[in-house]
Amino acid sequence: MEKILEVKDLQLSFHTFAGEVKAIRGVNFDLQKGETLAIVGESGSGKSVTTKAIMRLLPESSSEFKSGQILFNGKDLTKLSDKEMQKIRGKDISMIFQDPMTSLNPTMTIGRQITEPLLKHQKVGKTEAKKIAIDLLRMVGMPKPELRIKQYPHQFSGGQRQRIVIAIALACNPQILIADEPTTALDVTIQAQILELMKDLQKKIDTSIIFITHDLGVVANVADRVAVMYGGRIVEMGTVDEIFYNPQHPYTWGLLSSMPSLDSADEKLYAIPGTPPDLLDPPKGDAFALRSDFALAIDLEQAPPVFQVSDTHYAATWLLHPDAPQVEPPAAIVERMKKFPGSRYYEGVAR
Amino acid sequence: MAKYIARRVFYMFITLFLIATATFFLMKTLPGSPIASASKLTPDQLAVVEAKYGLNEPLPVQYGKYMLNLAQGDLGNSFQFKGASVTDLIINRLGPSFLLGAQGMILGVLIGIVLGMIAALRQNTIWDYGSTLIAIIGISIPSFVFATTLQYWFGVQLGWFPVALWKDGWMSSVLPSIALAMGPLAIASRFIRTEMIEVLSSDYITLARSKGASGFEVAFKHAFRNALIPLVTVLGPVAAGLLTGSLVIEQIFAIPGIGEQFVKAIMINDYSIIMGTTLFFSVFLIFIILVVDVLYGVIDPRIRLSGGNS
Repeated sequence: MEKILEVKDLQLSFHTFAGEVKAIRGVNFDLQKGETLAIVGESGSGKSVTTKAIMRLLPESSSEFKSGQILFNGKDLTKLSDKEMQKIRGKDISMIFQDPMTSLNPTMTIGRQITEPLLKHQKVGKTEAKKIAIDLLRMVGMPKPELRIKQYPHQFSGGQRQRIVIAIALACNPQILIADEPTTALDVTIQAQILELMKDLQKKIDTSIIFITHDLGVVANVADRVAVMYGGRIVEMGTVDEIFYNPQHPYTWGLLSSMPSLDSADEKLYAIPGTPPDLLDPPKGDAFALRSDFALAIDLEQAPPVFQVSDTHYAATWLLHPDAPQVEPPAAIVERMKKFPGSRYYEGVAR
Repeated sequence: MAKYIARRVFYMFITLFLIATATFFLMKTLPGSPIASASKLTPDQLAVVEAKYGLNEPLPVQYGKYMLNLAQGDLGNSFQFKGASVTDLIINRLGPSFLLGAQGMILGVLIGIVLGMIAALRQNTIWDYGSTLIAIIGISIPSFVFATTLQYWFGVQLGWFPVALWKDGWMSSVLPSIALAMGPLAIASRFIRTEMIEVLSSDYITLARSKGASGFEVAFKHAFRNALIPLVTVLGPVAAGLLTGSLVIEQIFAIPGIGEQFVKAIMINDYSIIMGTTLFFSVFLIFIILVVDVLYGVIDPRIRLSGGNS
């Protein structure tokens, strides 16, 4: 496996009237070639900001990189000039946004919107670009692309518009595709179609995907690895199986418990109590401690370091410290762990 | 589209009929008459003159006759200029008014758009504040104060341009055009700033940036057209007003335009010129509004389609 992107100790703040909002407080992760990494977490956890920071799409006047690096093929993106960044955006790294109803320019034909990155980044003429655009539209499953290329966004449905956005993002065969909740604004059947499409296209053009979502069902469907973000940090990261069947951080437990499942239909759905931390004045210790049923005394004093669970799995919680008391995770989580070889509850039942 | 315009023209005639009727009766409630100021006439002479122009007939009869002539496209003859038809009088005066209006409008809108764009792209910097200041000055200083200031500095003190009158060709049009430009300048710069700031924070602009578009491309290729729509709405009526002559500015600079003639006509109760000019203004305004509605469609494809169907 080849590392294509590496984010090292990234810290980023927003300057607001109320003061400095520490939106990202030391994020580390890497992205392998061809894999799909899902970043999950509640609103305000920093998942969107992290990816917008990678694309350098945050307003320069109010945001500031405090420290850290974003290494893309060895180049530190935080150090590039605007011009250099423009050459990377849309060509090497591109993005799909949450709401297809507002993410296309209403006064431009979709043909022009799709050909724009082609004309910009690849040495093609207008006719050639138009041909590629038609092919792209066909690839994302748009019927009659030759006719539709002349139309405006309002002449398409929400699902079709998201297909167009995907076509734009994939126009230059990017190495990294960032999908910021690409299915959140769509209804469930269209969601499934878009996810299938993305999986298909990923195989076709061999791109890496960073998939931001708060829908764990989607994560299980698309991701190879998962990063769980909370309060501007990654609190747990591992393969899909590790996160779903051997979660270690109390916040991941909470997230998984609050996910409805087919056999929990009669029970009341679990909700994590409390509200997200105020990043204007982040808590001293573990940001999740005040909402956690499993907080230790030290959680309020000192932020937990990262503990390695396996080669691919780590979590930032004091519960993994050798001196920490053994706690029993919630019953639903124990049920999950029973199915995971290597967890302490493993029963050897095939899943 | 043709059907749409035909229906608009039909509505235009109804509007004009209502305007003509209202103006006619309002005008007749003004004290005096076109000949009352000629106080040297004896009552007998007055009666003869009134009879000649039909001013002694009952109001509804006068109204009926006027409307009948109007329906045939005849605006009647002026009272003050013997035998001159109102149509000719307006056409003769059109040139200077139109030139000033067009120059003022183009100058004001262009500078206004530039200032507004600068303010939006350099939000909360000295550029933004400077542009805001100019707009506030343009809106809050009355045009006659601004016009006389221009006359004093550039006409009297520096002597670059003629102070007034319409004798030095294009040079005569410079100061009044600048005075006229301040209004549209202020309006355009404020509207463009507000709209650009809103448009620049929209999702499709983020998408455009994520494609690798430069700041310049984002502002002009993607944002500008979307920011234009509200500006076109407000500028339509402003354009109509300017192109048909600003009453105050033409008075101050002694420009032989429609506005100046209109003001004089009201002072001496020249009924046919008042009626004719009012109707001319109205036709022009309605026409501009129609043009604006068609322009929407050119700028915004979403409106183009719904306009065609309705």
